[in-house]
Amino acid sequence: MDVLRTRGITKYFYDPEKFQVLKGIDLAVKKGEFLSLIGKSGCGKSTLMYILSTMDTDYEGDLEIAGVSLQGRKQDFLASFRNKHIGFVFQFHYLLPEFTALQNVMIPALKRNAYTRKEVEERAYEKLRILGVQEQALKPTSRLSGGQQQRVAIARALINDPDIIMGDEPTGNLDSYNTHVVFDIFQELTSVYRQTIIAVTHDEEFARKSNRIIEMSDGEIVGGKI
Amino acid sequence: MKLAVEIARTHLFARPRQTVIAMLGVTFGIGMFIAMVSLMTGLNDFTEELTMTSSPDIHIYHDVTRDRESIAEQVNPQGLNLIHHQKPKIETAKVRNALQIADVLRRDERVRGVSPLISSQVFYNYGAVQLNGVILGVDIIEEDRLFDIRSKMKSGRIEDLKSNHDGIIMGTGLAKKLNIATGERIVVTTPQGYTITLKIVGLFQMGIGTVDNVRSYANISTVQTILQQDRGYITDINLKLHDLHTAKEVAAEYGKQFNYKAEDWETANATFLTGVVVRNILTYSVSITLLVVAGFGIYNILNMTIFSKMKDIAILKAMGFSPTDVKNIFLIQAVVIGLVGSIAGLAIGFGLSWLISQAPFDGGDMVSLDHLPVNFDPKYYIIGIVFGVATTALAGYMPSRKAGKMDPIEILRG
Repeated sequence: MDVLRTRGITKYFYDPEKFQVLKGIDLAVKKGEFLSLIGKSGCGKSTLMYILSTMDTDYEGDLEIAGVSLQGRKQDFLASFRNKHIGFVFQFHYLLPEFTALQNVMIPALKRNAYTRKEVEERAYEKLRILGVQEQALKPTSRLSGGQQQRVAIARALINDPDIIMGDEPTGNLDSYNTHVVFDIFQELTSVYRQTIIAVTHDEEFARKSNRIIEMSDGEIVGGKI
Repeated sequence: MKLAVEIARTHLFARPRQTVIAMLGVTFGIGMFIAMVSLMTGLNDFTEELTMTSSPDIHIYHDVTRDRESIAEQVNPQGLNLIHHQKPKIETAKVRNALQIADVLRRDERVRGVSPLISSQVFYNYGAVQLNGVILGVDIIEEDRLFDIRSKMKSGRIEDLKSNHDGIIMGTGLAKKLNIATGERIVVTTPQGYTITLKIVGLFQMGIGTVDNVRSYANISTVQTILQQDRGYITDINLKLHDLHTAKEVAAEYGKQFNYKAEDWETANATFLTGVVVRNILTYSVSITLLVVAGFGIYNILNMTIFSKMKDIAILKAMGFSPTDVKNIFLIQAVVIGLVGSIAGLAIGFGLSWLISQAPFDGGDMVSLDHLPVNFDPKYYIIGIVFGVATTALAGYMPSRKAGKMDPIEILRG
């Protein structure tokens, strides 16, 4: 079953002059796939990912996630859709500095408002435990190391059991040890929990170890390995 | 919404100093507003009360200086007449049928009380010195119903005047000048040269120098006697209405009906009331300025907060917060700052007003005043808090909306 499907995604940049970034991208991602999007800087892979993440709505073509067609939707609909179906991991952790690690993980679930506060807290502890940072739960995020922060960020991405985790250079700011740790976590998530992951990366080694690589160049998919 | 409140609260507590400074802006604005409005409206009420105690709502009299038709105009009504320096003709100040007019007025349901009286210039003899003043011949019971003279008596009772044909009730300021006390006698001379000795049965104090230093009350018949006039001689009719704000229209109506000059209190005390208007303008313009400054402070601080929180806003949006959710987070902060700041402002304003009301203040000879009058009407406290919260909400709305509309992609891509 395809978790994500696109047909003919096309996007232009208008500043400083009209420029076609994406040229009719057709893509289908199956449940439990760990997909790496690679390519040179400026090939459009990040742009594609932000369209797939529903945050960028300025494109042509069809996008469907978890069976829901998403083009032309209102911002409020997309916001709550992201909340339920998509988790994000960025190059930087982007944890809210005023809150503890646990609170950071809980926020998307509290926003979703599907469970009681107590249940949310239990679930957040569970996610932190999977990522091996449950001891850090009550610390302010500024006290954590870079690797721990990124793991808390991944726990936050997982809290609502999303259909897809999207990563924009998720290991881009980590040393090789933590890169390994994060990669192992991703692999465990896909193999054990059948979690779908789409990650934009520059890291060749990281990409090589994923299930599937999509290589992009000049706004087109030029190669892929299943 | 609960989550937005929680995040807003965390933001506010994470930067206590900034939050407090933003609140202080509102606090001072509201505090000054309350202090100013309390003092100013206190003064306004005080002057209005003073005005109302000394002047009737409507005063009907025969205006002998009123323009009249000249003989030339009577003889030659079609012609072009040019008359320089027309003098008033000799006329008595008498209001004809005054008692009948008073009866008609008493039957009007808008009227609360009517007091026909005679007023005359007199000289009070103090040894060789003659002091200029005014004597009013009144039915003291009716006059009391209009001006509550009973409560302003410093010595003696108003009934003493009723029972004493040669009695007089004198203003305290005048008595002081004449060095005279209750029970003693005073010689009064009219401009026509008639002299009479009257006995002082009481002293009153209205609290206004222009009244207390010149006025005394006697019985109608006494004044008629010293003016050598008949029993029907009445020069003025004072009346109070149930609703004093209708005085202007009612006065115009009576003027037409009785063909005498009917002056309402607003016209008679125009200078006093100009002061009221000026004070109101001053109060509100200063208060609004203070609040606008506080509003700009909040606008600024919120803008700074949002600028420093751009990454947080982006990630919140990525995690599924809608533009409205993000807007609410910051709007709640503005409203909380406004609400807490306003409440503190009310407290400070109340404290300041209380201090002002305790400060000794010498009103001088003109008004009897030992403390500044301060108004503690809760109405102004409600206006203050509504105003404070509205200003901060408005100042917070623009940056909050901007935060809600922020595009997360640009920030997240770095």
